[in-house]
Amino acid sequence: MEAIILQILNGLDKGSAYALIALGLTLIFGTLGVVNFAHGALFMIGAFCAVTLQRILSLSYEVVDDTRTDFLGNPLKVDVPYVNGWFGPEMGQTIIEWSVPLAILFAIPVMMFVGYAMERGLIKHFYKRPHADQILVTFGLAIVLQEVIKAFYGANPIPTPAPPAFTGSFDFGALIGFDPNQIIYPYWRLIYFTFAAFVITAVFAFLQFTTFGMVVRAGMADRETVGLLGIDIDKRFTMMFAIAAVVAGLAGVMYTPINSPNYHMGMDFLVLSFVVVVVGGMGSLPGAVLAGFVLGILESFASMAEVIDIIPGINQIIIYLVAIIILLTRPRGLMGRRGVMED
Amino acid sequence: MFGLSTKDTTLLLFVAALTLLAPFLLNPFPENSAMAQFNAGYPDLMQRFVIFGTFAIGFNILFGLTGYLSFGHAAFLGVGSYGAIWMMKLLTLNVIPAIIMGVIFAGLFALLVGYISLRRSGIYFSILTLAFAQMSYALAYSVLTPITGGETGLQLKATDTPLLSNLAPGEIGRANLFGVDMRSSYELVIGDWLFTFNAGYYIAAVCMLIGFYISIRIFRSPFGMMLRAVKSNQQRMNYTGLNSKPYTLAAFVISGMYAGLAGGLMVAMDTQVGPERMFWTASGEVVLMAILGGVGTLIGPVLGAGMIKYMENILSKINDAILHQWFAFMPDGIENLLVAIFHPFIGKGWHLTLGMLFMLIVIFLPGGLVEGGQRIGRIFRRRDRKADSVESDAAKQRKPAE
Amino acid sequence: MGILEIKNVGKRFGGLQALSDVNLSVAENTVHAIIGPNGAGKSTLLNCLVGKLIPDTGSVTFQGQSLLGRKPHEINQLGVSRVFQTPEIFADLTVLENVMIPCFAHRDGAFQMNALRGVRSETDIRQKAEQILEDVSMLEKENMQASSLSRGDKRRLEMAMCLVQDPKLLLLDEPTAGMARADTNNTIDLLKEIKDKRDITMAIIEHDMHVVFSLAERITVLAQGTPLVEETPENIKGHPKVREAYLGEAQV
Repeated sequence: MEAIILQILNGLDKGSAYALIALGLTLIFGTLGVVNFAHGALFMIGAFCAVTLQRILSLSYEVVDDTRTDFLGNPLKVDVPYVNGWFGPEMGQTIIEWSVPLAILFAIPVMMFVGYAMERGLIKHFYKRPHADQILVTFGLAIVLQEVIKAFYGANPIPTPAPPAFTGSFDFGALIGFDPNQIIYPYWRLIYFTFAAFVITAVFAFLQFTTFGMVVRAGMADRETVGLLGIDIDKRFTMMFAIAAVVAGLAGVMYTPINSPNYHMGMDFLVLSFVVVVVGGMGSLPGAVLAGFVLGILESFASMAEVIDIIPGINQIIIYLVAIIILLTRPRGLMGRRGVMED
Repeated sequence: MFGLSTKDTTLLLFVAALTLLAPFLLNPFPENSAMAQFNAGYPDLMQRFVIFGTFAIGFNILFGLTGYLSFGHAAFLGVGSYGAIWMMKLLTLNVIPAIIMGVIFAGLFALLVGYISLRRSGIYFSILTLAFAQMSYALAYSVLTPITGGETGLQLKATDTPLLSNLAPGEIGRANLFGVDMRSSYELVIGDWLFTFNAGYYIAAVCMLIGFYISIRIFRSPFGMMLRAVKSNQQRMNYTGLNSKPYTLAAFVISGMYAGLAGGLMVAMDTQVGPERMFWTASGEVVLMAILGGVGTLIGPVLGAGMIKYMENILSKINDAILHQWFAFMPDGIENLLVAIFHPFIGKGWHLTLGMLFMLIVIFLPGGLVEGGQRIGRIFRRRDRKADSVESDAAKQRKPAE
Repeated sequence: MGILEIKNVGKRFGGLQALSDVNLSVAENTVHAIIGPNGAGKSTLLNCLVGKLIPDTGSVTFQGQSLLGRKPHEINQLGVSRVFQTPEIFADLTVLENVMIPCFAHRDGAFQMNALRGVRSETDIRQKAEQILEDVSMLEKENMQASSLSRGDKRRLEMAMCLVQDPKLLLLDEPTAGMARADTNNTIDLLKEIKDKRDITMAIIEHDMHVVFSLAERITVLAQGTPLVEETPENIKGHPKVREAYLGEAQV
């Protein structure tokens, strides 16, 4: 029992990332009808927003520390971050340590802009072209984006730790009445899952309860009719693209403490997220979320030593295997394809 | 000739001349000149030109004719490679059985993958093939280690004693064709120029030419016409009494066999294989090649493969020092600026150049380099015609005056 | 016994009974029109004949062979060709290739692995294709890309693609929908010519009464998924039931 709960918990963080990326992919496919191979790159850009903010906050100036000397006996020069100068050393240090959560605020406008620019600058021109062309051009864009990031940040993963308050683990098992030390779970993963759940809820609420969301949902169901009603659906779809970019970006920001970001993380996640979208049902938002979590948890179960003993290597292929079975037996995925959220 | 029209024969002979004379054509600069870094006429690179050319020709038979975009073709390349190296380890160091084995293995695997993947079309097909390829990669990397050598892959080792090759104990086998070592080269020095003729290259080139010839035949056959019909309108095709399934499956298997041929040739050249050969970026690469050159055209994929492999090797060798050399004639400030501008596009950043070039092609030139060439040709022809018509206009105007 | 026998065919989509208890017999070498108001089930019926849909109940036999459960290409190989409401052609291919493909299908069957035979050496096929293009007076356009044809030419090309296979039964789904009067008349003339020259049975689904009355020898009126009347054109015009269900609103 403990083992099962532990695996479910372990699957949640990857599942959350899959769900968030797949949600954005589905929003874009559902509204714009575009297959976006550059969505993983958006996830990665989000992660690098966190890196960037960390670097900005750590920008330092040199001061001479009179109390200490270097080995030649000269006064020691030390780098002091500007924030220390402004807010005092303690507060400044805390701000730097909290750079990942703070990056959420930083990433939202950045991702909005990136998404907006991408849709207006490139994707817009591909609405009427075949899916193959859309795949190809966004694939090219993904390469360009990841190479640009590589040019600026190098090829190595960059550690971006969580705030010290959230590093370490806690005994989740003891909390829910199991023996102590059976289910140990890192704080940050719990936070990541909570955050993902919050973002997903926000997106659904937004689509469900605002007029904007209503128009978008109508547009997902039948784009032409909504266009005929005199509603400028294109502008809303642009917004939708920006929102999808923000969702992917936030997923990336918060993922950085779990895995240090590198330039190819986007592509690594993209391939799996596409599989998730297909399993969930192309164009179905709840399907994408559900499939994201289900596959994340399945992957985690498949990684158990007991399972690997029976079927070696299953952890490596479980997601693809599920996708192949689903596509062949139920081509429209877990939760249908007939468009809108209600289905 | 060879059952081809004059135009196709010309194309075939042109490609044959290009590949056979490649050691000359690719080494236009004297050995010790500053431009020598642009020479591509060394065996390793030339082999890759023709091997990836073969791979791209096969991919084009599927994507170019039927429009089914496979994102997992590298899996067949990998399977072909594994098949070939086992043949070398167990049976003989002669490359021919190895290559044939590569083709057969890849063809069988393509039959399996194609049978399942082709039940869906469009984006679903792309994702299914991608899933299969990633699965193969993951399996080759981990579980199948006894067969695939896992992360390190497989090489010919001193412990390998192929049945039909008499190796001295402890001798590491070398790939050969009836005794001709794949790595043996003949070097020709003319003045400052050095030309290398490599046995392996010519074997690979002949394989590619055969592949190219078969691809022309397929393009011009009723079968090829049916494949284009699949791309154009599958519904009409079915209502015309044709079963599109076996046609697409046949195209898939054929293109898988080309990938296997390429994989077998790779093993024949360097006698090693690793799972990264099946990674999805490798599948993406062949897509890039076909698109860059011109999907659905005969020669496009070959050009695309050549161009990408050339860029990969040459661009990635250029470094800042070389850039400084080039721009040395500029004032210092501008020199540094230019170097800074070009820096991200060269050396390790050549993928950026590739990505940008690829995007530009998809956006502005969906027909690839071939379409680009045709457009330029048309501009010249139009200019000629304009000149003609200006003359004839002038002639008309002159007439009344006379 | 007609060439096409439809017996007790029913088809249901969720809560909608699209067809119920359809009985229809199309006699050989006649032109049989199926008319009816929107939503009467005409297209559903046609799709059940060509293998796109499988009826829930009943049977469809063509020359004594059941069509149920057969794929579209198998049904075509039996000698049933279909013309679509909007012309379905191979838009990326040339006009000549468009006609050659059905020739190959007619000669070689549903699949033939002839990957190394040259199209150029297939002189028989080419002659046959050019002959039919001449019949529909499109020979001079044989090297044009099909997508660049006018709509009327696309329709003619589609007819040529069907006719080159010498079908025994030609199914036409609103062949004049959305056409200008002149084009409609051309199509009627073309169909009349086909009917006179060949041993062919045609089943036409049509909205335009002008077309129906100029071509059809028998007319079946479909309403709410069931055949109402089957009669000759003369008798249909005065039929009270039909007037009520259909002609009343069309005002012929």
